[in-house]
Amino acid sequence: MSAAVAAEPAKVDPMYQFTIKPLAELELAGFDISFTNSAAWMLVTTIVLFGFVLGGMKRQLVPGRWQMAVEFFTSFIDDMLQANIGDAGRKYVPYVFSLFMFILFANILGLLPLGVVGLHPFTFTSHFTVTGVLALITISIVLVVGFWKHGLHFFGLFVPHGTPLLMVPLIFVIELFSFILRPFSLALRLFVAMMAGHVLLEVLSSFVIDGSNAGALWGGVVGLPSFLLMIGICALEILVSGIQAYVFALLTVFYINDAENLH
Amino acid sequence: MDMEAAKLIGAGLAAIGTGLAAIGVGNIWGSFLSSALRNPGAADGQQGRLFVGFAVTELLGLLAFVVAMILIFVV
Repeated sequence: MSAAVAAEPAKVDPMYQFTIKPLAELELAGFDISFTNSAAWMLVTTIVLFGFVLGGMKRQLVPGRWQMAVEFFTSFIDDMLQANIGDAGRKYVPYVFSLFMFILFANILGLLPLGVVGLHPFTFTSHFTVTGVLALITISIVLVVGFWKHGLHFFGLFVPHGTPLLMVPLIFVIELFSFILRPFSLALRLFVAMMAGHVLLEVLSSFVIDGSNAGALWGGVVGLPSFLLMIGICALEILVSGIQAYVFALLTVFYINDAENLH
Repeated sequence: MDMEAAKLIGAGLAAIGTGLAAIGVGNIWGSFLSSALRNPGAADGQQGRLFVGFAVTELLGLLAFVVAMILIFVV
């Protein structure tokens, strides 16, 4: 039997990977504003994003590969806004582009296999606080644009054309509730997708470790299939990172479209 | 039945929701594939809606996961 097994098996806690650890304790007027691992990874994401976009700013007439990659993303967002909102949508390209790229880079950086060199990446979008703030910014833009452009007619959004007068109160309440639910669903979708993926990877890796610790037989029966499944799930997680970033941005565009063009 | 056992049983029951969400997600892609095979030219234009539909359906399945997590770690 392997002599490396601990006397008592350690309890696996798949939620430990999400703990926020302060890297530098700071305080302002009694409020804790420490620089946490979450903030550190947001900084890393921002630097990588700036590096990516700046690398493609050579403005060659026949673009090189890097410039083509950056132009792919910018034209992707531009087309998305133009197709869904029309020409009035082009002023939202900076916001939607930043949102989409930030979430995409955050999700993918959280999957990097940096554990082999001792650095454990942290997916800050797996916290409801972060995704909640992003959804809040989106909904604030929607509300501000809606009320600025249409005044109180904005409430006409909740009464679709052609509803019989008798049903208007009921439909209004249902549509209002559905509208209020939008930022929550937006934040929850990204948060739960990221958290579920990382919890699944952690649980599978605990199977690999515990299986291998129990001897060669269990390592082959339990550890090896779990490891192969982990490879598949990692591929799925890369896909889900992209999909969740895309869906967040696309739903943002839909909600802005509701505010710009009421129906 | 003590609280700990009840929480874990509840979390296990909440996992049934993920199976139901799997039916929903499979429905989305099944109908996309069957209609894409009828009209391949129009398929590429609808991919955006495909992924939006998938994400929205997936959310409801992941809500079942959230309920399980709340039961295990919060309550």
